[in-house]
This record gives sequence, C-alpha cells and structure tokens, in this order.
Amino acid sequence: MKKTGSQILLECLQLEGVETIFGYPGGTVINLYDDLMDTPINHILTRHEQAAVHAADAYARATGKVGVAIATSGPGATNTVTGIATAYMDSTPMVIITGQVPTPLIGNDAFQEADMVGITRPITKHNYLVRDVKDLARIVKQAFHIASTGRPGPVLIDLPKDIQVASTTFFYPDTVELRGYKPTIIPNPRQLDKAAEMILAARKPVLYVGGGATLSDVDKELMILAEAIQAPVTTTLMGMSSFPSRHPLSLGMLGMHGTFYANMAVTNSDLLIALGARFDDRVTGKIATFAPNAKIIHVDVDPTSIKKNVRVDLPVVGVLPKVLPGLIERLQKDPETLERVVASSQAWRNQVQEWKEQHPMTYKNTKATIKPQYVIEKLCELTADDAIITTEVGQHQMWAAQFYDFSVPRTFLTSGGLGTMGFGLPAALGAQAAFPKRQVIDISGDGSFQMNSQELATLVQYRLPVKIVILNNNFLGMVRQWQQLFFDKRYSQTCMELPIDFIKLAQAYGAEGFRATKPEEVEKVLRQGLETPGPVIMEFKVAREENVLPMVPAGAGLNEMVLS
Amino acid sequence: MRHVISILVENEFGVLPRVSGLFSGRGFNIESLSVAPTLDETISRMTIVTSGDDRILEQITKQLNKLIDVIKVIDFTDQPFVEREMAMIKISADMQSRAEILRIVDIFRANVVDVTPRSYSVEVTGAPSKIDAMIELLRPMGLKEIVRSGPIVLGRGPKAWKNED
Ligand SMILES: Cc1ncc(C[n+]2csc(CCOP(=O)(O)OP(=O)(O)O)c2C)c(N)n1
Repeated sequence: MKKTGSQILLECLQLEGVETIFGYPGGTVINLYDDLMDTPINHILTRHEQAAVHAADAYARATGKVGVAIATSGPGATNTVTGIATAYMDSTPMVIITGQVPTPLIGNDAFQEADMVGITRPITKHNYLVRDVKDLARIVKQAFHIASTGRPGPVLIDLPKDIQVASTTFFYPDTVELRGYKPTIIPNPRQLDKAAEMILAARKPVLYVGGGATLSDVDKELMILAEAIQAPVTTTLMGMSSFPSRHPLSLGMLGMHGTFYANMAVTNSDLLIALGARFDDRVTGKIATFAPNAKIIHVDVDPTSIKKNVRVDLPVVGVLPKVLPGLIERLQKDPETLERVVASSQAWRNQVQEWKEQHPMTYKNTKATIKPQYVIEKLCELTADDAIITTEVGQHQMWAAQFYDFSVPRTFLTSGGLGTMGFGLPAALGAQAAFPKRQVIDISGDGSFQMNSQELATLVQYRLPVKIVILNNNFLGMVRQWQQLFFDKRYSQTCMELPIDFIKLAQAYGAEGFRATKPEEVEKVLRQGLETPGPVIMEFKVAREENVLPMVPAGAGLNEMVLS
Repeated sequence: MRHVISILVENEFGVLPRVSGLFSGRGFNIESLSVAPTLDETISRMTIVTSGDDRILEQITKQLNKLIDVIKVIDFTDQPFVEREMAMIKISADMQSRAEILRIVDIFRANVVDVTPRSYSVEVTGAPSKIDAMIELLRPMGLKEIVRSGPIVLGRGPKAWKNED
C-alpha cells in the first residue's frame, strides 16, 4: 500500500519504538502534524524549538532511548541549533526532524528557507536532506542506527514539504547497510590483557569515569571493577551519577571545580584508567602538569577521543559493556595476585583519605544569609534517591555537582560539553515526560532561568510537576566570579539589575511559587515546594558573592587549586 | 611534514563539504584536494595533501574515518606510491622565445595544447617538483596563467585499494 512521506516518517518512528516526541509546528511540517493526529505518538508542544530539542535530549539522557524533536523550516529549524550542539557535545542519541521548503525551491532563498544540512554539519553525527520519498524509510532507519550506536549523537533529517506529500510503497528495512560506518564495539583482547597487566602493576591507580559510562549503563560493572581493585573513582560532570557519591572509594568530580582530593589523586597517581571520558580542558587543567607520573589507559568507543588532548600509554577502543567485563574477568582470574596488589595499594588509599580529611568538600554556613550550597544539601536530604536533577549552567550547576549526592544512574542531566544556559528547565520537562511519577528538579540560576522560562507554560499545560529551585544571586554568578578573581572585581554586565518576582511569574503561568530569604526558611520552603502538586518555583535569595571552590584557574595545573 | 591521504567516499550529494568542513573546522591544512569517481561508480576517491606532525595526522585520519560517508582512509606516509600532478600553463610567446619554450616543453615531455601568435598553452604531467621546475624555467618568458590539478597518488605494487580491503 502506498503511503505519503509524512505517514512513512510517522510509521518509522513507531517501528523504532518512539512514544513521546517534542516539537513545534509551522508551514513546512503542517502535513506531518496533520498525519500525527492519526497516530498514538504523544507529542509535547514546547514554547520554543530550542526547548523541544533540549527536552528530547533529556528524555534520551534519562531513558537511554533515542530522543525525537520536530521543527519547521527556517526560523524553527535555526532555533534548534543550540539544542543540537548541546546534544552533540554530550553525545546524546537523538533524531531531529526539520521541515524544508519544497525541493524545487531549495537554493532560491525561498520563504523560511535555511540550509540546515549545511548549518548543522559540524554539530551532528550525521545529517540528511531527503530528496526522494523512496529514500525516506531507509534514511530514518539509518538515522536511528547512527544516533544510537558507537558514540551516540544527534542526527538531523531535513524533510522538504513536497517529499512529505509524495507517496510511495512503504517498506521498512530490517538492517542497515553502511559501509562507511562500522564502530568498533568489541575491544581487542590483547589490549585488555595489557590493561589488566598495567592495573596489576599499579600502586596508585585512579579510575576516571566520564559520560560514556552513563550513556552505556555500566554502573554495576564499574562498581565491581572499582571494588575489585580498590581504586578511588573520580567522575566528570557527565559521569557523575554512574558511581555513588557516598561510596568510600568516591572522590567526586575532578577538574576546574573538582574536589581537592580528586585533583590531588589524579596528579599523584601512577595509573589513570579513563573510562568513556575525553580529557576535556576543564578536566585536565594545564596539560603539561596533568597526571605527570601516571601511565594512562584510555577506553573509549570513539578513537578520535584517544590521544586528542593527552598522551596515552594504552588505547582501548570498544564499548564499556564489552570492555569492563573482559577486564574484570582477567583481573579476577588469579585472586591471590589481585589480593596482593590490593594490599600493596593500601598506602595510596591512606594518602587519599588524608587528602579527604585535609580539605573536605565544604563551605561556611551563616545565620544571616542563605548559602547556595546549603540549599543544595537540604534539597538532597529531602528528595528521593531516584529524583532526577537537571541544571542550567553557572555556579549553581557546579554546586549541584559538588553538594548533591547522586546514587542512581541517569539522575543528573546537565549540559557539560557546550555549557548551555537554558538547558535545565526544558530538560526537566523532557525527563518528567519520560518519568511522570518521579521527582524531577531543575536547579537554576536567576540568569539561566530566564533563557527558557517560557517553558513554564508547557509544564502547566501537560501537568508535568517539575520543581524549580532558583538560587537567586541577582548576578550572572559564574562570570561575576571570574571578574572578581581575574578582573579586579570589575563587574561588567553581570549584574541583573532588575529584580524579577519569580513567584508572580510562576503564578502568571498557573504554577505555584515560594520564596525563602533567610536560612531558617530554606527547609520549610523546600518541603512546601516539593509537596505541592504541579510545577513549582522555589526561589532562594542567596549570598550574592559566594564563589565556587575549589577552583583551578584557567591555564593552571590541577594541583594549583584556589581553596578559599 | 607533508602527507598525502587518499579517501574513498560515498559518491553522494554533499560529501565534499563534510570532508573540507572537517579540515577547516578543526584547523587542519589542505594544500590540495582532488576528487573523481572510481571504478566502482558509487565510490569517489579524494586525494588530499596536508601537513602536520604525527599527532595531527593521526587525528586527521581518525576524524575522517568517523565521517559516515567515508569508507576508507589511506595514509601514504609509510607506503611507496607514485605521485602525479597535471598543470596547464599559458605563456607569452614572441619570435625570440618560441624556440626556447618548445625546447623546455620537449625536455619535460610536455605537450603544446594551444597556440596563438602571442602565446603557447602547454600541458605537463609529473611529480609536483617536476612541474615546479618547469614553471621556474618558463617564468622568464612571461607566465600568463597556471592551472594545477593537485597531485593524485597510486600505491606501488599489485595491491589495489578497494572498499573491501
Ligand atoms: C547560552 C549561554 N550564554 C552565556 C553563557 C556564559 N555563562 C556561563 S555561566 C553564566 C552565568 C550564569 O548565571 P546564572 O544562571 O544566574 O547562574 P549562577 O552562575 O549565578 O549560578 C554565563 C553568562 C553560557 N554558558 N550559555
């Protein structure tokens, strides 16, 4: 039976198991939206296309499924760009569908035409302009395959209006034939042998865990490995929820705002085992003094990540669900040797413990003003273990990473690679759409919140009970901190002069709002906010010039931290 | 250091900007680039001359391999290969210089492809260094225009690069 392009697309989405999508209609996707009405697909209408992409991104981050977003051509499509770049940097599996002007008009500067394949080429894993309806089913199949395998990433399908209307016989291929795309999944066994040897020879090992661990759900294998070799574990922002913060071997986050002990451990280690992490400059600090005495094993599914920023002694290309069991098996083959090795690294663990006691993750609480860190600690106490935390970007994001204890995988959704302000609220929306029953909380700054605050409307319309914690310092706090430390306190354009009444803003959208201005009100407001049904803003007037510490100044080595 | 890379790509719409965009976006050099279909017409072959140290070359090959439309990347750094480039050169020619130009054409086994009372157009094929040398000899006569194809390379020996390799 013949079907139109838009029917084919929707059919393919269902065959891929897509249940919920996020989008925004317009002229070049009007046919698609018309046919959407006849499908069981749940569509969430955001108030901005950027938010639709962030929501789909977070839906994918929270569930592990491929996120799907739709936008119309031209301005709708260009509005998706920040969302796509955010997903690309954090390797989220996504398929973005944009409408395009009819094929005969392409290239003519037609109304609402933008070259999306050209614009998104460097920020997608792959992209397609569909030029014949007969190719559509194959392209969708490929798009989902590419998005979700190897190192995941966003794939864009630009779908001209005439292709949506044209019809052809529908046939969905079972398999994908892509001779140029064969990611290495299974690691080379000889590399695993060598990795095991290096681990058994190390006396000061550290596991350095990145977003790859979160994306491939290897929290259990990671725990087995860490406990087997009794190595301290530090995670990146993206790896955060893959290893429980409260575990005795946990060092928390490393890097620019990492813990003292994580940065000291990495700097003094003799073996760094990088698992699905990419040695980002925010993690390494000055390369020349990064882990100077360590041998480095780098496990990654993406060969381009390996040796890009730092020297690597042993590259292992493959996916963690295949690498970790292989490694564990080799290490446990000879329990006596392993026991001896673990015993021989006891001095190292003692040293790490000393560092932990020397400079624990802390802050000075006061009676007069609310400390932002205190709000996060209290929030952590009052929320369920499986609560999903999203953040915007800035100081609040770092405090969330430092002071909230994560123990369940995929519960910390934050824009790590691109650092996109405005991510957190639509991300919370997407995560709540995936898990209507779980607590979902956006930890926000007053600046970031205003980048996508229109999504309050979406939350209310779809009854998504997201809770929003605004740490209001009336500043673009993170930039202000840099200005304070490195620009003689010249606060150029970082003071948000106009105080916003966030409570009234919430009410204007039909949501609830509560405010705390004194430390003793914090717990009450949190309890009240968390218990109130529906979307809620909890605003905390926090100490305005609090800094995120420790801090490794840009260009300094990891062990050159500003501690107070 | 100079490197020559051959890339087998899907002969599809929009592949060239994926490759060239990768080079510009990541700050890699392209000294020359040539592209045309292969025996298997679903595949095109690009030849790129680039430069950089080992670390950069490793990134270039890995990043190219990461492109979905790239089927194979052949780095000729450690392999023997034959390299040829073609140039077409338009030279001013007057009564005094005509004979000298023809002598140079002869020495370089080049061909005259167009003649007018005031110019010669010649075609030459060879290693880029041979073309450079010929251009230098012709320069005193008055070079009017040069078009170079950029080098293409073929590995030595019986082994052929096809997509199955
Ligand atoms: C879209 C975007 N624009 C600009 C920046 C640069 N930037 C990083 S943090 C920050 C300040 C964020 O302020 P706020 O959301 O109030 O959070 P705070 O740092 O005060 O906690 C800015 C402007 C960014 N990361 N993203």
